[in-house]
Amino acid sequence: MKSEETVINVEKLTKKFGNFTAVNEISFKTYKGEIFGFLGANGAGKTTAMKMLIGISKPTSGEASVTGFDVYSQPDRIKRNIGYMSQKFSMYDDLTIKENITFFGGIYGLDRKTIKIKISEIIESLGLEDVANKLVGLLPLGWKQKLAFSVALLHEPKIVFLDEPTGGVDPITRRQFWELIYKQAAQGTTIFVTTHYMDEAEYCDRVSIMVEGKIEALDTPKNLKKEYKTDSMDGVFLKLARNVE
Amino acid sequence: MRITLKNITKSYKKVTAVEDISFEVKPGELFGLIGPDGAGKTTLFRILTTLLFADKGEATVAGYDVVKDYKKIRNSVGYMPGKFSLYQDLTVEENLEFFATIFGTTIEENYDLIKDIYVQIEPFKKRRAGKLSGGMKQKLALSCALIHKPKVLFLDEPTTGVDPVSRKEFWDMLKRLNDKGITTLVSTPYMDEAALCDRIALIQAGKILKIDSPSNIIEQHEKQIYNVEADDMYKLIQDLKEFPKNDSVFAFGEFVHYTHFNDEFSPEELKKYLEEKGHKKVFIEATSPGIEDIFMDLSRTKDIKPTDNEV
Repeated sequence: MKSEETVINVEKLTKKFGNFTAVNEISFKTYKGEIFGFLGANGAGKTTAMKMLIGISKPTSGEASVTGFDVYSQPDRIKRNIGYMSQKFSMYDDLTIKENITFFGGIYGLDRKTIKIKISEIIESLGLEDVANKLVGLLPLGWKQKLAFSVALLHEPKIVFLDEPTGGVDPITRRQFWELIYKQAAQGTTIFVTTHYMDEAEYCDRVSIMVEGKIEALDTPKNLKKEYKTDSMDGVFLKLARNVE
Repeated sequence: MRITLKNITKSYKKVTAVEDISFEVKPGELFGLIGPDGAGKTTLFRILTTLLFADKGEATVAGYDVVKDYKKIRNSVGYMPGKFSLYQDLTVEENLEFFATIFGTTIEENYDLIKDIYVQIEPFKKRRAGKLSGGMKQKLALSCALIHKPKVLFLDEPTTGVDPVSRKEFWDMLKRLNDKGITTLVSTPYMDEAALCDRIALIQAGKILKIDSPSNIIEQHEKQIYNVEADDMYKLIQDLKEFPKNDSVFAFGEFVHYTHFNDEFSPEELKKYLEEKGHKKVFIEATSPGIEDIFMDLSRTKDIKPTDNEV
């Protein structure tokens, strides 16, 4: 059912800092409309790998392309063609909802007319009519994250990178957030997501688990559970990701 | 060494951070404050550690009043704030020495208490705190909070942003500390950590939803939960939500957790409905609730909307 069209192609991608190999020859592909979970213990190399994929860190060796663009020679085109949102930074607290959308629309090079349409679309679909002119800083965290997700999709990227998008969010809103993810993936957007909530790993089509710079496992949650003889992703993670510091 | 709160209320400008909170942590207890960001957990910690005045209500820690006896409290508690608050440009060892000195003790004097934790970072004792990994920072912060042998330990979200393996290790450490008799108040947004506490308070939007032992909370929960599975998860959630007799529908790992509006649930009826909607491999079974199910149910039925009360 999922598409054969690849959005990320990674082959033996490596990043070294001096003698330390943070990312060690990782290879994988992600497909159109796929929800791809990118897991690993703290310090396993997830952030370093992700930085290479979003075009802000040059690899030491290996190959990688994202939405058809090469991470070495076309990092700026990658940045323009992907969506990105993280738990730590998503939007400007002292701009209103409308202002944030306008600002990011401008950054992504959308024209005024398109921005206007996007504003009303987002506000309507998230039910933010009453607070559209309120500062983002005044919104509950969960709302902020849902809005940030929509903003990351403003320019209709083929792929969106979500770095722990639901950390600290209340459990009901966390599920609403995942429904947004499902909906977006069903429309063909590839979702590349990191999380520390193991129940969320279950919501992914495929999950990769990094251990000490390498991808130690990559499969559907179902197959991983079978392979590691456990009934939850938590069990898989505990078996694989021995914490090394 | 008891902690008591009586009718504690605190507002910041327009937002009420915590409202009329009362509970008690018994001597030697490992007590968890479980709730999302903005629930008011940090506000409670700051009031109890004498860093913030409540607008209303009273609180005591180890028999001391948080307002009148604030100096005594500061000497007898350990506090690990949610944000890393050690000196980034001091080394591991220097940080620990600094905290020991401030409290008029030495590392040697209380080494036994921190030994388990500190040995894991001791190989890096000459490294600056700012250069440590997240997990190591957390262990150093805990060592510093313990170095004066506190009677009461406050840990504000010690495991936030930490991976599941490290979280498990941290809780093992906490359990061992608690076994030594240190009264511990710990907060977390991870509902699965609730089971490791003696008692918990579920907190959302400045209000307490429930206080009891995790096992009592689970036993007393009356709603039967069903696991529902089918081949297309997203469509399954949508269709279950449209099933007129549903009470709640929440994704839960590989299943959807479903509750029925009354006690007359018929798996056959639901299965038939889903199959008519085109679902394949429909599977339904009864399951027992976890703390997260109960948290969602309580916050939904008490209609407490999440707010953002971060300061």
